[in-house]
Amino acid sequence: MKILTGNDLGSGHVVWWDGQGWSRHVHDAVDVGDAADTILAAEEAARRVNASYAISATKGADGTVRPDHIKDRIRALGPTVRPDLALQPSDPHSGNWVI
Amino acid sequence: MYQYDQYDQAMVDARVEEFRGQVARRMAGEITEDQFKPLRLKNGLYLQLHAYMLRVAIPYGTLNGRQMRMLGDIADKYDRGYGHFTTRQNIQYNWIKLEDAPQILADLATVEMHAIQTSGNCIRNISSDHFAGAAADEVVDPRPYAELLRQWSSFHPEFDYLPRKFKIAVIASDTDRAAMRLHDIGIQIVKNDAGEIGARFYVGGGMGRTPMIAPVIREFVPALQMVSYAEACLRVYNRYGRRDNKYKARIKILVHEIGADEYRRQVEEEFAHILTLGLEPPQAEFERIAAFFADPGLESGLADGYDRSDPDFAVWADQNTTPHKQAGYRAVVISLKPAGGIPGDATADQIRLMADLAEVYSLDELRVTHTQNIVLPHVKQSDLYALWQKLDAAGLATANLDLIGDIIACPGLDYCSLANARSIPLAQKISARFAEPERQRALGELKLKISGCINACGHHHAGNIGILGVDRKGTENYQLLLGGSEAADTSLAQIVGPGFSEDGIVDAIETVTNVYLAQRAEGERFLDTYRRLGMAPFKEAIYG
Amino acid sequence: MVEHCLRYRDDEPVGDPAVTVDAFAVQGNATAVRIEPGDDARALLPALDRIALIEINFPSYGDGRGYSAARILREHGYAGELRAVGDVLIDQLSHMRRCGFDAFAPDKPITPDAADKALATWPEVYQKTVDGRSPIWALRHGR
Repeated sequence: MKILTGNDLGSGHVVWWDGQGWSRHVHDAVDVGDAADTILAAEEAARRVNASYAISATKGADGTVRPDHIKDRIRALGPTVRPDLALQPSDPHSGNWVI
Repeated sequence: MYQYDQYDQAMVDARVEEFRGQVARRMAGEITEDQFKPLRLKNGLYLQLHAYMLRVAIPYGTLNGRQMRMLGDIADKYDRGYGHFTTRQNIQYNWIKLEDAPQILADLATVEMHAIQTSGNCIRNISSDHFAGAAADEVVDPRPYAELLRQWSSFHPEFDYLPRKFKIAVIASDTDRAAMRLHDIGIQIVKNDAGEIGARFYVGGGMGRTPMIAPVIREFVPALQMVSYAEACLRVYNRYGRRDNKYKARIKILVHEIGADEYRRQVEEEFAHILTLGLEPPQAEFERIAAFFADPGLESGLADGYDRSDPDFAVWADQNTTPHKQAGYRAVVISLKPAGGIPGDATADQIRLMADLAEVYSLDELRVTHTQNIVLPHVKQSDLYALWQKLDAAGLATANLDLIGDIIACPGLDYCSLANARSIPLAQKISARFAEPERQRALGELKLKISGCINACGHHHAGNIGILGVDRKGTENYQLLLGGSEAADTSLAQIVGPGFSEDGIVDAIETVTNVYLAQRAEGERFLDTYRRLGMAPFKEAIYG
Repeated sequence: MVEHCLRYRDDEPVGDPAVTVDAFAVQGNATAVRIEPGDDARALLPALDRIALIEINFPSYGDGRGYSAARILREHGYAGELRAVGDVLIDQLSHMRRCGFDAFAPDKPITPDAADKALATWPEVYQKTVDGRSPIWALRHGR
């Protein structure tokens, strides 16, 4: 699937396009098909996102979304060396999800 | 230490207001990200993997307790309770909000600090010897010269849109503790045969994807003409440095392509012209600056020697303190490299503790080293034991200076949007593998440096053992390099062979150290053995 | 173009079209020249007293060669109009002024009020350049 990501302009938070707006959780990301450029242009212009781009990802049977490149998985989770700062620090398996 | 007068303060305050306006224009949509990016970069604000990152300048690596405490407070107030000290003697915060950035700069300005020109294609924060003013081997304290250059380079109107970033280091001893010849301009303050102080200019060094050791461009520039000579060096670069290819835009490529002799000819021609313009501050201004550094308050008449009856303390004192020019003192290095830790990271509490300790034990001075440690430069030997106890209680007394556990690592793919591979987990695994202190000390001086991409922020080219992280078809892969040095005997490390996985490279490093232990001659450091034997025996042992 | 020009001089604007540096070398009677980033400003030095307008083009604000060109011209005594043209943005105005520009013809117009504010960014300056301002080091020592 093709998903969209970027950073919130003001806070810098990593965000993912959920079809309506920008979510902080990668699993909310939706497949945008070939609409990436249109959505990103509109969202950048409205300053609802910054430094946005489209990436490939894979949807799991359980509905989770896993970006294909490690860089975006690290963006989704947080630094692998600081699991205490991850979005869901209580999840002990999150580190394995990145690698 | 240098103190701002009303002019310096007004300049920093003006910068804060300028940036406040620029951020407001960006948030309001009056300027695009393309237009805003170079403006935020000139204030040290990057957009990294997880958020904005702010790089705060620590000019020539020197700061006082009040400034250090502010760095800790900013970590708590605007970030997530920690900061990362870098190979440019600066500090970076990883979780900054754009909306907060102007106020952070305003807070910094209250303690005479800023983030000016810590990024962008301009003259960056100037680095120096972290033992300046304390080292027994220095000709003079290099920091007054660095401060002169700081002021000259701040908001320089001609050199704000250079072909690429520009880094200057200033040292004043034959022992190079600042990787001086790996800078765009390396300046060594020297004394000539007539006893006059001047500057030897090395131009065109650097790491990155094309590492080069800077050649001497001029042996001796009279001290006060340093600004004019730097102006000439920069003007030639600004006019003729390559702008067609970002990867060939650093001055090292210009000097390499036209040759050091031709570059020197052009600089000398420009210098002769610039000398007619009277651009240099007068002697009185240099003396005004130098007076701030002249006497930090060292006591005279103290005796050398201290109680070493606690063996753990003695080990630390031997490893992490160095001789001072004044009898009865030592310079102390606080290692930010605990076994299994993140090199260069310090919590807000640790930062504030180091501020307190500097005020009590080091005449209110700290230094940041390019090896990502903190120095208390002026500690009385009679205070060493009390200081060590307090550091030890805070997890800051790791006795591994210049040993294999004292690893330089860039933030890597855990934080950095340019990285290809993670650096920090590797540093953690290596320091854990070699955690046993006796084992580290048996290996002796061994400088290990890790970069997560070819930009070489982790100085892997200059590592006795260097590691470069690369992306091999979406998987992290690590190349091993041997034989680099950033000291006065500067050399560039060479790649050993095919790359490794994360675990594979830790094993390979262990193999390399075993070859060294088996083959070293009496008194040889790792680097000496490597230089004597060459790559072959190491390569053979690793790849068989 | 000229209607969007900000000028900080009292004389009448030059109406002549600017010729390239190469063209100026062969038809030396032109009074207006345009310097591109790759041109050597020093080629004009012998003729500075005959030129009334030099335009320095910034095809992209990130290419800073024009700042050096401007200073070189002023350092050699050029007194005519020095106009920055092209991708000239408000955040670069004060540095350009310090390098000797006294006119600006930005692709995207800048209002005079906004320009005045930008030019007042720095209360003082650290370097001596060609704009006649006394640097901080001189002020400190009563010069």
